[in-house]
Amino acid sequence: MSMQIEDPRVVEFDVRTDEMLVNMGPQHPSTHGVLRLLLRTDGEIVNEVTPHIGYLHRCAEKIGENLATPQWIPYTDRMDYLAAMNMNLGLSLTVEKLIGLELPPKAVEQRVVIAELGRIASHLVGMGAYGLDLGTFSPFLYAFREREIILDLFEEACGARLTYSYLTIGGATHPLPEEITIPPGLAALTRKSPSTRMRWKDAVLLFLEWLEPRIEEYHTLLTRNQIFIKRTAGLGELSREAAISYGCTGPVLRGSGVDHDLRRDGEPIYTDMYKDYDFKVIVAPFEEAPPEVVLGDNWCRFYVRMLEVIESISLVRQSLEKYDQAEGTTRVPYKMSTKLPKDECYLETECPRGQMGFYLVGNGQAEPLRLRAKSSCFCNLSVTKQLCEGYLLADVPSIVGSLDIVMGEIDR
Amino acid sequence: MKLFDISQLHQLLLDRFDDSRITAVVSEAVDPWVEVAPAAIHEVCLFLRDEAGLRFDHLNDLTAIDWFEPDPKKAKSFGHEPHLEVVYHLSSYEHLHSTVIKVRLPRWKDDIAGQPPEIPTVSTVWGIADWHEREAWDLMGIHFVGHANLRRILCPEDWVGHPLRKDYEFPLEYHGIRGG
Repeated sequence: MSMQIEDPRVVEFDVRTDEMLVNMGPQHPSTHGVLRLLLRTDGEIVNEVTPHIGYLHRCAEKIGENLATPQWIPYTDRMDYLAAMNMNLGLSLTVEKLIGLELPPKAVEQRVVIAELGRIASHLVGMGAYGLDLGTFSPFLYAFREREIILDLFEEACGARLTYSYLTIGGATHPLPEEITIPPGLAALTRKSPSTRMRWKDAVLLFLEWLEPRIEEYHTLLTRNQIFIKRTAGLGELSREAAISYGCTGPVLRGSGVDHDLRRDGEPIYTDMYKDYDFKVIVAPFEEAPPEVVLGDNWCRFYVRMLEVIESISLVRQSLEKYDQAEGTTRVPYKMSTKLPKDECYLETECPRGQMGFYLVGNGQAEPLRLRAKSSCFCNLSVTKQLCEGYLLADVPSIVGSLDIVMGEIDR
Repeated sequence: MKLFDISQLHQLLLDRFDDSRITAVVSEAVDPWVEVAPAAIHEVCLFLRDEAGLRFDHLNDLTAIDWFEPDPKKAKSFGHEPHLEVVYHLSSYEHLHSTVIKVRLPRWKDDIAGQPPEIPTVSTVWGIADWHEREAWDLMGIHFVGHANLRRILCPEDWVGHPLRKDYEFPLEYHGIRGG
């Protein structure tokens, strides 16, 4: 039977596009490393997203079973390589919790200085790379210019620029440096002579003083930019319930309106580090948000990170003050051959990307029976499927980028 | 975040379930735990999530431990029967407390080497358990019954064996790539 077409528009609207499978990654630049997204698309609309991970899998947990815990610290560096200091801290605290090691105040304050500087560096990359995902290049250059100075300061403290292994069990490998030559980047930005000698502490303060007003510039460049708002606001909406069920943590969780930060709400061994500090936990919704923004969208997640930089700047200032006044040494000796008790413990710390957990099972040997690293990005990424469905293909990089993932941590 | 009093939790669970399903409690540990029978884990988890005073709405971590010493010389001093343990770390955003639940499994189902032990899935209780269970299957070889998509997640699909098992033998070659 031949079909009679009465209204030509019917045909026009009846045209269906074929479903297409599109592979994004693992070498796609906007997937932040080697993440492969398999997209089932209907025209421009994404119907299904399947993330494939594991390209960087090294089975670090298996390696951990064959090493004494201090030897495993460099492996934590290589998980979240953008916030290696915070990863070192997480493992060190877990071991200290298991063996009941207490640190002198000076070591604790030093850890706060380092961890919060690490958070600033990490969020700067998060901001820059997110701009890059959305097609703007300049914020990336600015972010890396700023991060470079933090790396220089870390280099003065421990000699490494990316994989520090600085914070370790019982404190840190060295105390904070006394006097240094000003980092070249900082000298150029603040118009000081490159041979200026200054205290490390003063260099940090000088840098923070320079950085703080720049945040406002980034807001002009990105946060309040109409194109940026159009590409982030109202997209990738993550409800409070979904964020909790899918175990999302860190800025992703707080962007969905859950008031939870382990620095305030964590276990005593971790919150004690921050108990004398004055800082606030950044939680969406925001009064100053543009009208297009809804709770739990890309813009909220991004904005939480930006405001956390401000909080971290204040935390570093406070901790430098306390570090100077604190007493004691910055390291309690911990021998490589120390046998772990036949016990086990789990501890989560607030890393820039979320709650990073370490689970340590000892069995009377220096090497643990089981060493588990629970990745925060792993949980954050697992929600991609729910976030991307129904959006345009071009919005996928915007949504995945807003989760701020690091594949080294997901694949371990 | 504080630890939920373990004896109180044990009592709450015993009141609700019988002692064939709540098998043990270990309070002498840094993070004490309650041990649950494998068949009951799903209903216990639902109870833990929904009970007003508990509200463990966040599954921090789900992982497994292989209690096994492959070296026969060291096996005597190892001090544990060979078995697997699935560990659930839970916490509550509402009450800011946390706890640990464990399930003891045989290393192989019916002690036939190569047959993965089985446990009901909790991926319908917490969304994140989906990926954690896939990882536990991939690396530890635990079959989560009822999981909608129990595929390998970190290793390639055609990988042989479960790397975190203590008796895992590293392959000498994978698709022409030499290893070991």
